[in-house]
Amino acid sequence: MTSPSLSVAVSDSERSAWSELAQETLALTRRLFLQLARRPSSLVAGVLQPLIWLILFGALFTNAPDGLLPGGISYGRFLGAGVIVFTAFSGALNAGLPVMFDREFGFLNRLLVAPLRSRSSIVLASVIYITAISLVQSLAIMLTAALLGYGWPGAAGFVLVVATLLLLVFAVTALSLGLAFALPGHIELIAVIFVANLPLLFASTALAPLSFMPGWLGWLAALNPLTFAIEPIRAAYRGPLDLSAVLLEAPYGDVTGTTCLVVLVGLTVGLFLLIRPLLNRKLS
Amino acid sequence: MALIELRNLHKSYGSVNALRDLTLDVPEGCLYGLLGPNGAGKTTAIRIMATLLSPDQGTVTIAGLDALDQPRAVRQALGYVAQEVAIDKILTGRELLQLQGDLYHLKKNVRDERIAELIDRLGMDDWIDRRCGTYSGGMRRRLDLAAGLLHRPKLLVLDEPTVGLDIESRSAIWDLLRRLVHQGTSVLLSSHYLEEVEALADRMAIIDAGTVIAEGSPDELKRRLGGDRVTLRVREFSDQEEAQRVSELIRQVSGVSQVVINRSQGYSLNLVVENEPVIARLRDCLLDVGLPVFALAQSRPSLDDVYLQATGRTLMDAELAVAGQRDVKQERRKAMR
Repeated sequence: MTSPSLSVAVSDSERSAWSELAQETLALTRRLFLQLARRPSSLVAGVLQPLIWLILFGALFTNAPDGLLPGGISYGRFLGAGVIVFTAFSGALNAGLPVMFDREFGFLNRLLVAPLRSRSSIVLASVIYITAISLVQSLAIMLTAALLGYGWPGAAGFVLVVATLLLLVFAVTALSLGLAFALPGHIELIAVIFVANLPLLFASTALAPLSFMPGWLGWLAALNPLTFAIEPIRAAYRGPLDLSAVLLEAPYGDVTGTTCLVVLVGLTVGLFLLIRPLLNRKLS
Repeated sequence: MALIELRNLHKSYGSVNALRDLTLDVPEGCLYGLLGPNGAGKTTAIRIMATLLSPDQGTVTIAGLDALDQPRAVRQALGYVAQEVAIDKILTGRELLQLQGDLYHLKKNVRDERIAELIDRLGMDDWIDRRCGTYSGGMRRRLDLAAGLLHRPKLLVLDEPTVGLDIESRSAIWDLLRRLVHQGTSVLLSSHYLEEVEALADRMAIIDAGTVIAEGSPDELKRRLGGDRVTLRVREFSDQEEAQRVSELIRQVSGVSQVVINRSQGYSLNLVVENEPVIARLRDCLLDVGLPVFALAQSRPSLDDVYLQATGRTLMDAELAVAGQRDVKQERRKAMR
């Protein structure tokens, strides 16, 4: 029989392990937010670019014939969901940059000589930070879209929007952190971010529905992870929430809201599993 | 038992052997100097002690802990001040210390107390709340020292702590290190400055080409060499022919056991002589044949002589040999994860 004092000691040390993990994660997160507070330009730019998309691109087809888009909605309304997802996506794509700079300037070594409870606190701090700012940026876009008269999802719809964005942000953050450890320097990382950004937007249903696209592009768009985030959000804006409704008539079959979310969950889990060995190696 | 025990360490980067069978014992409670030219393997050895690197072969024991098995406990016991100070330019010094304290899991009140104490002790009061990006080299080094001391480690390890610093900052750091040792912290520092190791170290090892070539207290090492050193110049700048002629002449003088022509010093002559005054005899010998004497001085052997004896070249020559060979980009990549 184990003595009671022993089990108390174990639970004590467990508790202190958790509180130490929380302390180090919080401190690392705080550092990232301090940096942001003193250099807010990246936050502002991250909102500004999609805002310009929304205003300029949204107005581009104002005089297009009625009923051009499925459901007869205006182009601005159609575009809204795409721009919200694009905002979260491009924000999360930058997740790796602070880590890359820490690698390059040796600050990571300072973290690694400290007796961290777990080195996942370094990764966790980045995820918390980038998730928070991506959501804030997306929310700013949602509010602007509402002011422009492009609508607002109901309460349930809002929950779906946030959940979808969270999944996308987690997946893209994992990808970006993986790249930050795999690539040799920040120049290469920025190059990848730059190249990945716009094509992924164009080859999705952000700017036009599948029915407008030639077959090959429709295939690409129907496989693009961004599409799986855009469609549930567009549905949330459209009205009563029904996850079992078909949201996308893809060349390979019909895609429901539930399928979209499952794909995003699968992508997130898959990417984190994929980068785990790399992170373990680089942080060991 | 020694505080640091490195046994038969080997480490290579690609085809470059940074450490070759390095074995080192650092006793507790002393200031230990690791002397060697750039590229000798000092930084690699220190990075292994700090658990940032694993050796290809060999064992590392620090404060009785196997560093490869229990790196976290070793990190807790050790404070590390790196050669290239990595700071976050956007944070203030105080914020950096707070971060450091949290990474070592200090309670908030303890953390802030110690930060206040270190600010006072290291004279950082005037600038600690300014952003690190505005700091001079000396300020950064002091901040980094404070960061290394915040968790009150048993052992402080510093990689070239005064390289590139002004004299004032250097002596401030020397004073602090002496006080630390006096108060019971063990300190290990690497340096390629002879004077630094000579002035500070209780014990030292000379490292060359990844292995220890001499170990002991600075006095011991010099005594072990035996004899005195004499530097002789008949003119400020001689030529090879004259140096050759003079060297053959003075080899005959009793008490002179070795003569080396030092080309890099304008063909001056470096002599190893018996532990007795030979200056007068040398002077007479030269005056007898009508040669002038520009400079003639006898001294105890220096650490440079220890290095010269072991490697056949002076520390300065060793430095010059690797100067320009170092690729900064490659260095950085080596340190990058």
